[in-house]
Amino acid sequence: MSAITREDVAHLARLAHIRMDEQELDKMSGELAVIMDAVAAVSEVAGDDVPPTSHPIPLTNVFREDEPGEMLSQEQALAMAPEAEDGQFRVPAILDGE
Amino acid sequence: MTAVTDEVLTFDEAMAGFDPVLGFEVHVELNTRTKMFSSAANAFGDVPNTNVTEVDLGLPGVLPVVNGKAVEYAIKLGLALNCQIAETCGFARKNYFYPDTPKNFQTSQYDDPIAHDGWLDVELEDGTVFRVEIERAHMEEDAGKLTHVGGASGRIQDAAHSLVDYNRAGVPLIEIVTKPIAGVGERAPELARAYVTAVRDIVKNLGISDARMERGNVRCDANVSLMPKGTAAFGTRTETKNVNSTRAVAHAVTYEIQRQAAILKAGGSIVQETRHWHEDTRTTTSGRPKSDADDYRYFPEPDLVPIVTTPEWIEELRAQLPEPPAERRKRLKADWGFSDEEFRDVVNAGVLDEIADTIAAGATAAAARKWWMGEIARLANVEGKDIPELGVSPADVVEVEALIAEKTINDKIAKQVLGFVAAGEGSPRAIVEARSLAVVSDDGALTTAVQDAIAQNPGVVEKIRGGKLQAIGALIGPVMKATRGQADAGRVREIVMEQLGVTE
Repeated sequence: MSAITREDVAHLARLAHIRMDEQELDKMSGELAVIMDAVAAVSEVAGDDVPPTSHPIPLTNVFREDEPGEMLSQEQALAMAPEAEDGQFRVPAILDGE
Repeated sequence: MTAVTDEVLTFDEAMAGFDPVLGFEVHVELNTRTKMFSSAANAFGDVPNTNVTEVDLGLPGVLPVVNGKAVEYAIKLGLALNCQIAETCGFARKNYFYPDTPKNFQTSQYDDPIAHDGWLDVELEDGTVFRVEIERAHMEEDAGKLTHVGGASGRIQDAAHSLVDYNRAGVPLIEIVTKPIAGVGERAPELARAYVTAVRDIVKNLGISDARMERGNVRCDANVSLMPKGTAAFGTRTETKNVNSTRAVAHAVTYEIQRQAAILKAGGSIVQETRHWHEDTRTTTSGRPKSDADDYRYFPEPDLVPIVTTPEWIEELRAQLPEPPAERRKRLKADWGFSDEEFRDVVNAGVLDEIADTIAAGATAAAARKWWMGEIARLANVEGKDIPELGVSPADVVEVEALIAEKTINDKIAKQVLGFVAAGEGSPRAIVEARSLAVVSDDGALTTAVQDAIAQNPGVVEKIRGGKLQAIGALIGPVMKATRGQADAGRVREIVMEQLGVTE
């Protein structure tokens, strides 16, 4: 029923910044198609009258007061940076066209 | 990257052949105390990477929690934009990789925005009202701030590396999206400016945003497409990103109309893409091809539960809404009795609130307008500041008016006093006291000064006695000097004539 093409997998891999070789692309397009078919079976059971479930627990409106709390120091924040400069995270220049 | 100069038609040529269709995405940063999903401070201009928590940095295992105040603000804005408020809505992850978003996704809303299907009546410069339909207003979070380093231009294309400050990451945003706006014709640039101004005024009036465009509190992406005149199918659109002043929005729309018209007229086709706005050259350049929504792989945010609104909650928030800016302006104009032109000048000068407050504190509408649009506007212009930022308050203006009414100072000295107020010397009354600026109307002091002037200028006195009354001016000068300009010239003249026994 689902047709996950090799091109679909390559496109998704690019979006997710995952490098995949030719062999992996072949393997994944087959495996993903099987997963898609399995998930598609759910739509056969759930009609339009069954709302999709995004959260298993029936909770709504969990809000926080607008009160400032504890924050990290700049040293703590930057301790996790691969590189830092002038109190900021230093990253390679990335053109928005990638 | 080399500069590319696109062919453009003149605006009139473009309008002769095409009808523009516009669309706007305006991002509003909320002025809540904390961020959208964390209790980090939401503040502008702090030391980089100090207003951050584990949530804002996207560290593993953290859980976001929704800021209830931001949800209230979103509902209020939805109501002010005449939108339907969703009974239930939720958050979704918009996935993309860019260093300003450390989680590698932006928490946003996808197919269930909190507010949808509204409208906003926008007033153009001549008073024409144009209705803009609102598609949706949804909640999301801002990204961190990138600074590109190493290139001569400071532009990303030339940068060697970039620095990231995550203080802004997670600041609550509301994105307002219009439906396509057709039928505005050559007034498209004017409408663009008026729409963004109207949105800015609404969020400022609601008190939900600082609404300072120069700080990026309100940011606009402008969509433009053209259809050949006489056709009704929308053309391919471009999206010019981050146009951050009301004036620039009009310029960006104008430029895109001219550029697209040149391509279409030459038989070319428009590439659907985002474009960068350059304030210096007032042009746009090509950015990235517009991603399909599918490419963002939106899915429901599993860490945040849905929001359910009740009619009671919505009505409670509706009752808190202030008078809408457009209605308030209409009411104030009628109350004050200003002409269309006078009122428009006041609005354009950005002193509507100052004048309203001055009148509320007891000044007449005419006096309030005289000072704010006169001497105070002049001082602001000299200082290169906006009038409200000059440091003169409505209370100061009311005090100046009181000093004039009680004849302590005259109009001329009042202007000097306002200058000293702007310079931070204190209240008008304190300044008059400290600088001894009170007008001398005490006849005793004036008579002494006049008698001195008479004694020192026998030649002038002779002329006056001989009937040359215009020579009196030569005596007023020394009296003014003796009283440091604070004498009432008319009264001095009367005293001179009394002293010399002459009449008109």
